[in-house]
Amino acid sequence: MKYLRQFLIIIAISFIGEVLKELLPFPVPASIYGMLIMFVALFTGVIKLSDVSDTGDFLIEIMPIMFIPAGAGLIDSWAVLKPVLLPVSVITIISTVIVMTVSGRVTQFIVRYQKNKLIDKQ
Amino acid sequence: MNNFLSNSVFFGVFLSLTGYGIGLFIKKKLNLALFNPLLIAIIIVIAVLKVTGISYNNYNEGAKYISYLLTPATVCLSIPLYRQIAILKKDFKAIAVGIISGVLSSMGSVLAMSIIFGLTHEQYVTLLPKSITTAIGMGVSEELGGIVTITVAIIIITGVIGNIIASPVCKLFHITEPVAIGIGIGSSAHAVGTTKAFEIGETEGAMSSLSIAVSGLVTVIIASVFAGFY
Repeated sequence: MKYLRQFLIIIAISFIGEVLKELLPFPVPASIYGMLIMFVALFTGVIKLSDVSDTGDFLIEIMPIMFIPAGAGLIDSWAVLKPVLLPVSVITIISTVIVMTVSGRVTQFIVRYQKNKLIDKQ
Repeated sequence: MNNFLSNSVFFGVFLSLTGYGIGLFIKKKLNLALFNPLLIAIIIVIAVLKVTGISYNNYNEGAKYISYLLTPATVCLSIPLYRQIAILKKDFKAIAVGIISGVLSSMGSVLAMSIIFGLTHEQYVTLLPKSITTAIGMGVSEELGGIVTITVAIIIITGVIGNIIASPVCKLFHITEPVAIGIGIGSSAHAVGTTKAFEIGETEGAMSSLSIAVSGLVTVIIASVFAGFY
């Protein structure tokens, strides 16, 4: 019963996310609305962590396999991708490294700056 | 036999899980970032489909039930985030500025390289949402007049690349704070990267999850501005 109840809550929130996607005019997917709802519900205590955590942790653990069908879908988009393959590959790889480095270093810089400020105060 | 496999509901799921299982096994044997279980699974699925001649649609007839779980799983990403709420509150400024810097550097680098490679405007806007989650990226690409199928392919490839390079890049550029690692991975490689962030640690995973939602939403707001630059 525990898992059934948890799964029900998660599916209910996913469904509310779908409803919001239908009603609101923004290009935001149901999953992101659902994520926001889940966070607010946990934050306000409407849902307790123990109401969803076992099933939720399981779903997150198996999440990588959910991307396999989309990845294998490259087989069908290969024809459109092929003519632009070289520039697109270069841009994709370089820009991914840049984004990861910039956002990571900027975050780290501010985290450490604030940590040092705290230490100086004390 | 082939006819039967084309109609089987469980074949697609079985093939995907087996591919991932083999991927995990290879990763364990050869501990190299390049041997990424997700990448190996995708290659195995494509190879099997090519060899047997089973169409992607027939494979997806069963495999779509795995993809079906993606929305509820994404909803659940708020659970680890809530567990890390103390960090979210403490480092709020760093997290917010970090994610925004990620969005700007993503679109800025795509803009610069599109100019260098002389891409068309259509190709440029197709690439623009490459670092954000598929569902939002598709919407952005469509709205800007990009080619949605290519955008989807590039978003997936970006995620897989981010998943593979996350550890080496963080090591190379001395990104060691768990919060910073999570923001870096989530901002650059969305949900596919986030699965890697969870392998590194709970804080990393939670921060990466947060980046998926926030960078996606920020991109929706400023992508049209960037689309006007080239």
